[in-house]
Amino acid sequence: MPAEFFMRQDSEKVTDMSDVLRLRFDVDGDDFTSAGEASAEVKKKLRQLGYPPETIRRVSIAMYEGEINMVIHAAGGVADVAIFDDRIEIVLTDHGPGIEDIELAMSEGYSTAADAVRSLGFGAGMGIPNMMRYADYFNIESVVGVGTKVTMIINT
Amino acid sequence: MKIREIQSLLNAEVLTCKDSLDRDVRSACGSDMMSDVLAYVKDQAVLLTGLVNMQVVRTAEMMDMVCVVFVRNKVPTDDILALAEAKDIVIMTTSERMFDACGILYEAGLRKGD
Repeated sequence: MPAEFFMRQDSEKVTDMSDVLRLRFDVDGDDFTSAGEASAEVKKKLRQLGYPPETIRRVSIAMYEGEINMVIHAAGGVADVAIFDDRIEIVLTDHGPGIEDIELAMSEGYSTAADAVRSLGFGAGMGIPNMMRYADYFNIESVVGVGTKVTMIINT
Repeated sequence: MKIREIQSLLNAEVLTCKDSLDRDVRSACGSDMMSDVLAYVKDQAVLLTGLVNMQVVRTAEMMDMVCVVFVRNKVPTDDILALAEAKDIVIMTTSERMFDACGILYEAGLRKGD
């Protein structure tokens, strides 16, 4: 197992001894305006590394929706991103309320978000469907009262 | 169509990236719901919206959009403008309503993305 490195959103560069680049972000749950900073950082990094624009967009959107979800439903969490030559793995972990009915949460248009969230342009029940649309592999594990872990893999 | 033409057609005021008005754009999308923007568009260059917050610029950034038009005279805050400037996204504001703004641009040749 390669060693994992911790990266704050403002840090410069993290390299690993192996072929994988690992990034970790704290997603602040108190500040809706900052939601998306981690995704923007990943997007920038993938651009620097020369990944195809289509891949970068899929990663950015999937991660961005995940980030927004962590902020509006779970008071934030941690985003771990592993960048390989052939794929990008994103793991989003939170200690929020968990999801009671995952199947329902995965269907388009279903949302438990408050009206206040809808007025911000989200909460239309498109978050998880969008993540599934853009990820080649999508998995969600959730325990009510414990938290939720979303794993996405996007092949390059 | 150049961004400059959008400005002229909508009689809009440009608030950021005034040097980028000669950029070519072919497709647009109008929505106040950012999740819909993230779901239904592929290659869009312009976002028309009545929603004003940081996530509008973030959404545009994720989608590689180059221009955001705020309708109904909505004026974004300085932090929104600063983010757009940093991401090289042209922001403009128009007094047109969403339906009219979209109609004007559609008539002039802008379409949804592929």
